Amino acid sequence: MSASAIIFYIISAFILGAGLLAMTTRKIFRSAIWLLFSLIGIAALYFWLEVEFIAAVQIIVYVGGIVVLIIFSIFLTQQSGNEMPKQPLKRTIASALAVLFGFGLTFLQIWKYNFQTTTKEFDWSVSKIGSQMLGTKAGGYALPFEVVSMLLLAAMIGCIVIAMKAPRSATNGKAKEEELETIKEASEVETTINEITGT
Amino acid sequence: MSDVPISHILFVSTALFFIGMYGLFTRRNMITMLMAIELILNSVNINFVVFNKYLYPDKLDGIFFTIFIITIAAAEAAIAIAIIINLYRSHRSIDVEKASEMKW
Repeated sequence: MSASAIIFYIISAFILGAGLLAMTTRKIFRSAIWLLFSLIGIAALYFWLEVEFIAAVQIIVYVGGIVVLIIFSIFLTQQSGNEMPKQPLKRTIASALAVLFGFGLTFLQIWKYNFQTTTKEFDWSVSKIGSQMLGTKAGGYALPFEVVSMLLLAAMIGCIVIAMKAPRSATNGKAKEEELETIKEASEVETTINEITGT
Repeated sequence: MSDVPISHILFVSTALFFIGMYGLFTRRNMITMLMAIELILNSVNINFVVFNKYLYPDKLDGIFFTIFIITIAAAEAAIAIAIIINLYRSHRSIDVEKASEMKW
């Protein structure tokens, strides 16, 4: 077994261990940190596969973007010290069995299938990726690129619309009711004062 | 590099996929379910890169699919977190079983 293979097995054990802990720990903030480690391990796997560009994108987008966003939303919505409620044992056992059988079946198929791997060098470079990404000839990805940019714009607008606070008019009724209540209370206080003073 | 067969790398991605499925089945908190979906998407990304590298080294389509999946995952996470924050404002909780109405 060469050093490269040993490094691969260490990286994959790290990915799977961190992923398993992220899905089973009951403190939500720890879960986010384990997810972070798992994603870093996946970036390391891309480095091992010698596709450094994807590894860099993985670190920038997932580790620097999505996990930070998740941690922000945890702090906005949860008391991160609390443990999440325990799930019923029946559900845990049923889902573990479903997942184990699914994994067994899928991996059996992969094991039986005879992949015809080649030993040719994988020749990618950033300039090649860029020219094919914006190419309009056969095999070019200009149209999906444009569609994805439209999708990002739509997602940005959608986020702003969804997370916006309800407009004034919707909360106005409630505010008016509260105002009326305070006026009523004030008048009641006034009448009691009047009664006491006897005027 | 060449002394690790492709099935061992596919083992990692398949196991990661099913770990994500386990999280999706057992968790009832929206943020942790979002994390499970991120793990599933990552396992698919590993598959695309590995198939591209080991089976079709003269093409780049797997890399493009990986880049597009990462982009869409980022957009999806942003939308999901906007929905989670909106749900928290109206229900004071992000447990999916407590949000049982279609309209608030």
